[in-house]
Amino acid sequence: MSAATATDACPRVSRRFRLQWEEAQNAWVLLYPEGMVKLNQSAGEIMRRCDGSRTVSAIVADLEQAFGASGLADDVAKFLELARAQQWIET
Amino acid sequence: MSAANLAPQPGPPLWLLAELTYRCPLHCAFCYNPVDFATSGPELSTDDWLRVLREARAAGSVQCGFSGGEPMLRDDLELLVAEAHRLGFYTNLLTSGVGLTAERAAALKAAGLDHIQLSFQDSTRELNDFLSHTRTFDLKQRVAALIKDNGWPMVMNCVIHRLNIDYIDRIIEMAVELGAEYLELANSQYYSWALLNRDQLLPTREQLERAERITNEYREKYGDRIRIFFVVPDYHEKRPKKCMNGWGNVFLTVTPDGTALPCHTAKMLPGLAFPNVREMGVREIWYESEGFNRYRGDGWMKEPCRTCPEKEKDLGGCRCQAYMLAGDPAAADPVCDKSPAHGVVVEALARAESGVGRSAPLVFRDPAASRRLAEGAG
Ligand code: SF4
Ligand code: SF4
Repeated sequence: MSAATATDACPRVSRRFRLQWEEAQNAWVLLYPEGMVKLNQSAGEIMRRCDGSRTVSAIVADLEQAFGASGLADDVAKFLELARAQQWIET
Repeated sequence: MSAANLAPQPGPPLWLLAELTYRCPLHCAFCYNPVDFATSGPELSTDDWLRVLREARAAGSVQCGFSGGEPMLRDDLELLVAEAHRLGFYTNLLTSGVGLTAERAAALKAAGLDHIQLSFQDSTRELNDFLSHTRTFDLKQRVAALIKDNGWPMVMNCVIHRLNIDYIDRIIEMAVELGAEYLELANSQYYSWALLNRDQLLPTREQLERAERITNEYREKYGDRIRIFFVVPDYHEKRPKKCMNGWGNVFLTVTPDGTALPCHTAKMLPGLAFPNVREMGVREIWYESEGFNRYRGDGWMKEPCRTCPEKEKDLGGCRCQAYMLAGDPAAADPVCDKSPAHGVVVEALARAESGVGRSAPLVFRDPAASRRLAEGAG
């Protein structure tokens, strides 16, 4: 298991990117030199919680509460894995 | 209601390219500024630009590029960057590094500048010599150090053409030495000044293949240390590029005199009036103006594009190239081998192979040459 998905790790958005809410696109986006990634809703909700102070477990708990869902841990871990491969987040 | 209203509503102008000035201390023979730049009207004022930034941001723009000419020649650059940053833009500066002192770099950092793209232009007219020219290297080294010291990512760009393509290894090594994290090796596109100099600048296929092979070797050698992008010249392809990712789809260029364009060369197209930001707001320009609506989507296409199964892939290529090479902005881009005018591109490539016209003197970009050429055209 990689560092980003360890449940006690505290992922944060990489310094190479800026996470920002864009009203015109109704989405969270990641900005980088001369480029942009538009995140879908669940990716945006996970990323905005990656502030370096919350553990993965805390992020999952927060999401489950915010969306009245349960069993999100696997989806979150899968997304964080991908986000790490893209260097969107650091731990 | 016009036919354009039946087409789906385009998304916002995500990319704002602010061409702050056509003034430039350099004289690149491949310069992408219009050939008649010297006859362009007065530059927008600081207040005009501040208003354009606000209007574009309100219309959904999020990436902002400050370019030129040489944008460092505007002494309100820091002010404009600060406003763009305050508005929530991601701010990019495209510069040759001339005029970027430690003081200005610090002021730009304080203003919130996110990124600098440093181009490998030379300050001399000796294109062949530019790699060995110490003054150029010293300048790049000093600017590269400023970029690092201010914590910006180090992104370099070098325009590639027949006269420097054989030194691609040295260009890459120089970029590595300067600490570049990204290097864009962009083959010249044949517009404006580069079109005038096409015989001297278009590489042969062999040169191109060699350069790609060497680039790949360096990619293997350096791995993640430097990411190298190699942009092939479209003349050597069978299909055109999807120009600007689609006409009026994401890009909005504002030229120094305030003309709003779907791409920085579109002003050359005949029979099409483009609005000026002094007279029209950005939102109206983007959604309502004829200049932006004319070639949106695919309703304007003629054969062979209209019934082509690949039309969504490239949207028929570049309108300016269609006009320059086929004489009709609604034609297929002649780079496409289905275009009836494709022979023009084949001929240019044949000239490159045989070397005809190579020894003609290069036309360097400068105001005097520009005025001369504008008179000739008018
Ligand atoms: S291409 Fe060269 S001459 Fe043209 S604006 Fe850029 S630096 Fe100046
Ligand atoms: S015919 Fe037109 S649409 Fe088809 S590939 Fe060529 S340029 Fe593109």
